[in-house]
Amino acid sequence: MSEITAEQVAHLAHLARIDLSPEEIDHLTADLVQIVDSVAKVSEVATPDIPATSHPMPLTNVFREDVVRPSLTVEQALSGAPARDGDKFRVPAILDEE
Amino acid sequence: MSDLIKLPAATLGAMLSDGSVSAVEVTRAHLDHIDAVDADIHAFLHVARQSALDTAAAVDARRGAGEELGPLAGVPIAIKDVLATRDMPTTSGSKILEGWIPPYDATVVARLRAADLVPLGKTNMDEFAMGSSTEHSAYGPTRNPWDLERIPGGSGGGSAAAVSAFEAPLALGSDTGGSIRQPAAVTGSVGVKPTYGGVSRYGAIALASSLDQVGPVSRTVLDSALLHDVIGGYDPLDSTSLTSAWPSMAAAAQAGLADGALAGMRVGVVKELNGAGFQAGVTQRFEETLALLSAAGAEIVEVSAPNFEYAVAAYYLILPAEASSNLARFDSVRFGIRVNPEDGPLTSERVMAATREAGFGPEVKRRIILGTYALSAGYYDAYYGSAQKVRTLIQRDFDAAFESVDVLVSPSAPTTAFRFGEKLADPMAMYLNDITTIPANLAGVPGMGLPMGLAPEDGLPTGLQVMAPAGEDARLYTFGAALEQLLEASWGGPLLSQAPVLTPTEMFASEEGAV
Repeated sequence: MSEITAEQVAHLAHLARIDLSPEEIDHLTADLVQIVDSVAKVSEVATPDIPATSHPMPLTNVFREDVVRPSLTVEQALSGAPARDGDKFRVPAILDEE
Repeated sequence: MSDLIKLPAATLGAMLSDGSVSAVEVTRAHLDHIDAVDADIHAFLHVARQSALDTAAAVDARRGAGEELGPLAGVPIAIKDVLATRDMPTTSGSKILEGWIPPYDATVVARLRAADLVPLGKTNMDEFAMGSSTEHSAYGPTRNPWDLERIPGGSGGGSAAAVSAFEAPLALGSDTGGSIRQPAAVTGSVGVKPTYGGVSRYGAIALASSLDQVGPVSRTVLDSALLHDVIGGYDPLDSTSLTSAWPSMAAAAQAGLADGALAGMRVGVVKELNGAGFQAGVTQRFEETLALLSAAGAEIVEVSAPNFEYAVAAYYLILPAEASSNLARFDSVRFGIRVNPEDGPLTSERVMAATREAGFGPEVKRRIILGTYALSAGYYDAYYGSAQKVRTLIQRDFDAAFESVDVLVSPSAPTTAFRFGEKLADPMAMYLNDITTIPANLAGVPGMGLPMGLAPEDGLPTGLQVMAPAGEDARLYTFGAALEQLLEASWGGPLLSQAPVLTPTEMFASEEGAV
């Protein structure tokens, strides 16, 4: 079931927004082949009649009253930011100019 | 008073309450011991010397003024670095959060402060709690107090090592697949993963949200119970928090100390968690523990949980899938480091990718890529979808087992502590360390780890895992305290009194924040 290639790992790394060196991609490809082979056994017992469970407890959406409550100040919210511009997070260009 | 560091939190609390010792004395004794041994152990990523002494002095002053304080007021505690603390750096063991001081406290930390415990510092862990050895910490591993060449378990190796090296009587941990119970096993300490939703995760840096639970770490069952009472209960800031009313865990532990507490208790032995691949000394101590339980009037019943065999496989699909989504928040915008790419245009996307390359360690990258794969179109049904079905089957196995028994037991870990590097190159070998602990997380049931003796072949601690139905955490404390009492009587004292005495190192590294 698992034909994982280095090209595929490079694509996954792009989707996950992590730059990887060619060496890292090689290592991860080998790791993924081994791990996916081991975990693929879930399909042995996951027959169509078994319902999926996403969560250990049966929970439904939790709502609260729509009223203002204490929250972070602007200074607190910005306190860990790598860069700021006044009261805003400062970020690099969102769009590539190319 | 170096003897102070050997006392359980319950005893310290009583002595603080009757005035036979001050919180400053207790805190100073622990800080001095951290100075003496933590250069070797490296349980702490940050030691908050001055603020701990200030907090202790404030507790003493209020007590001196006649104020009635809680049972753990003035007792020091170590906090796993996965938990947000507004006055201490919080890194989750990762370079990507190096130096981050959160603008708020995790709910469990706020509750510690409200109960007047004294935070000593932050404990080491595998990066983002991904690991079973602390070797994946970006800040270097923690060492096992029983043998400095061996791992202390993980991800919460720092918290387990801190209590077993007598650097703190209590610690907080988090358990996604065994990160409290497996370190307890290999360090000879106690730890509890509460029922899913029993303890707030607000301010706990998320790994896998359908599995994560925060819980107590200590040297005795009663101490974990006292801490559980402080941190547990409904929190409106965590939407998965259960609204149920909880009984006193401390009272449940006390009930376990009464004569006959184990009589008639039905103890299920999970056939699938007691067999091939377990170290001989682990199996031997487990069989002896069962005999001890039986002699105390418990009924030992073998039960089968046939789908537990698939738990590790399901876990290593569900966890990476959820982690790859949770860790998307580390985008170099709101917190943590920012690293620019070496060349090319500076766009948000490219800066994010360069930051994550520099800030995440190899295990984190491995699991994010694995999770991204498991969630990809074309693979989702085969992997993530199937894993969720296995989760149903494991829950059904638990339901069936708990129809005929009160608690389930197994060894907490298949082996004693292994040596550094032994499993680092083989991810699947590392993942299989959690074979006994993962089922409880998949089903949300509570689990306790406690010492069950030293393996004869290597003299290292082994641990027993006890599991109860969801919501029945109190049963774990009654059972655990009763069994602990029997085991300690057979050993002639606590297991940790047999641990090697740590000699002070020459390097005093614990200036504020410099560890």
